[in-house]
Amino acid sequence: MEPHSHGGDAAGWITPVQTRDERPWSYDPADFGAPVRTDPAWRYSDLDRLAPLFDASGVTGATVADGDFRPEDLVSAIALQRAVPRRLVADGRLDVEVRADGDAVRAEHLVIEAPEQAVATVVIEHAGAGALAENVEILVRPGAELTLVTLQLWDDGAVHSASHQAVVQRGATLKHVVVTLGGAAVRVNPSIRLEGDGAQAQLLGLAFADAGQHFESQVFLHHVGRHTRGNVTYKGALQGASARTVWIGDVLIGPDATGTDTYEQNRNLVLTEGARADSIPNLEIETGEIEGAGHASATGRFDDEQLFYLRARGIPEAEARRLVVLGFLAEVIQQIPDAALQERLTAAVERELGR
Amino acid sequence: MSTLEIQDLRVSVATDQGPKEILKGLDLVVREGETHAIMGPNGAGKSTLGYALAGHPKYSVDGGSVTLDGQDVLAMSIDERARAGLFLAMQYPVEIPGVKVADFLRTAKTSLSGEAPPIRAWIKDVRGAMEHLRMDRSFAERNVNEGFSGGEKKRHEILQLELLKPRFAILDETDSGLDVDALKVVSEGVNRAREATGLGVVLITHYTRILRYIRPDFVHVLVDGRVAEEGGPELADRLEEEGYDRFLAAAAEENA
Repeated sequence: MEPHSHGGDAAGWITPVQTRDERPWSYDPADFGAPVRTDPAWRYSDLDRLAPLFDASGVTGATVADGDFRPEDLVSAIALQRAVPRRLVADGRLDVEVRADGDAVRAEHLVIEAPEQAVATVVIEHAGAGALAENVEILVRPGAELTLVTLQLWDDGAVHSASHQAVVQRGATLKHVVVTLGGAAVRVNPSIRLEGDGAQAQLLGLAFADAGQHFESQVFLHHVGRHTRGNVTYKGALQGASARTVWIGDVLIGPDATGTDTYEQNRNLVLTEGARADSIPNLEIETGEIEGAGHASATGRFDDEQLFYLRARGIPEAEARRLVVLGFLAEVIQQIPDAALQERLTAAVERELGR
Repeated sequence: MSTLEIQDLRVSVATDQGPKEILKGLDLVVREGETHAIMGPNGAGKSTLGYALAGHPKYSVDGGSVTLDGQDVLAMSIDERARAGLFLAMQYPVEIPGVKVADFLRTAKTSLSGEAPPIRAWIKDVRGAMEHLRMDRSFAERNVNEGFSGGEKKRHEILQLELLKPRFAILDETDSGLDVDALKVVSEGVNRAREATGLGVVLITHYTRILRYIRPDFVHVLVDGRVAEEGGPELADRLEEEGYDRFLAAAAEENA
């Protein structure tokens, strides 16, 4: 299906989007209006605090991506126009630090390519208290195995909107992990296309939102090739007044994606009163010949029976809660293939719990 | 000598229709080293007794007293009761995702004794106890109760009993859902704990089968929230023959 709004085809904007794949895109920021609530891409976003990222002054629509990257929102188009792309070949281990400080908005466009049969881990770490508009373009060549971890360890006050677009080719595997523990308003939207036959993706997310923090992830998993496998597991913990998480999960099984096996789930643990988790799983299936497709969403308070069990063994309440929360989030942390990083993130979650 | 003393205990449980009275004045004294079987028909209040002693928030104590060597158990929080020496082996242990058995056991032991156990001795104790209970070593790396079979859950409860060394244990239908082999293994674990620490046991059961392996000193028949009859082990034999019918008939008459 061809994208239908390239080049400012105004009529394309009015037609309601029927499937996730038909969402309009453009290289030119001018084609996107200021984000509004009625736009599905921004419906649950923190528009007020992300506003500095919407400033397109001085930006033209001159740059055209040379790969498959298709900006689907204003911030992504601005980042494409402003940033000088950084091209990284992923083979073995690669660490990328992205800092944003001060008032000026930083724009970043990373292009990460895992060559054929490569086995690679890329860790992108975000820090600072500034503002970042970011694109991450990911290409996993045939037979490659790429783990990409993006850490949002921002200081209070940071704002960040990121669009990840990945193409996974024949027989390749992508493990994509989004960990958001800090920042004021953070929005990381991975869009993964399982293009080649037998391509696989495991998409994981962990968010721990404190009072006043707004963390969002819109996850799009598109099964295009035959016998592709997908698993999406996003977990959120919320603590404190007006802590907010948003998860929108779209899985689309295309007409040729026979033999697909896919599952998406979002689970949230609300630790205190006054927090809010939005969770919206969507599943579209355009072929009848699939192996399996499912989705689940659950948002709940602390399980009193779990606390009772631990406390009945002498474990004090605060320690019991710590164990349950860490256990809940461990499913994601344990999937990161780096023991030192696992320990660091576990310690970071413990600090969050102590806040 | 340690004593657990329950006097005129009245307990209700929260239901959708409001609180429901379950225990209607229960008396029981358990001394160190003694094993008391609490038997009775379904709905008599056996499990309620276990939960109420452990401090489950769904059960509210409306009257009576529970003391452990004179200390007021009912005034203690759930974890304080455990630290005072009470242990409830649960009928339906809950799953705790992401928390490994090994970490859970060490955290519990540390909480109970106030300091982390010496690492080598502790690992040896855990391995030894697991071997006695015929549990594979890989068990320690699994998440607490997650995907455990019914038998594995009960072994895991008794593993905790042996490692945490409480003064008094309430075993809530530990025999339910076990085949004969598993029942023997679990019973041996309880008997080891009795011999090793002078454990006092409150053995809650519907059936007499487990009493062939764990010999009680006293048998109490609980009917409609009260002790209807008490005796020695011979009372269990009689129940095996006669069932609970005569008690149920008497209770129905009283309530009429």
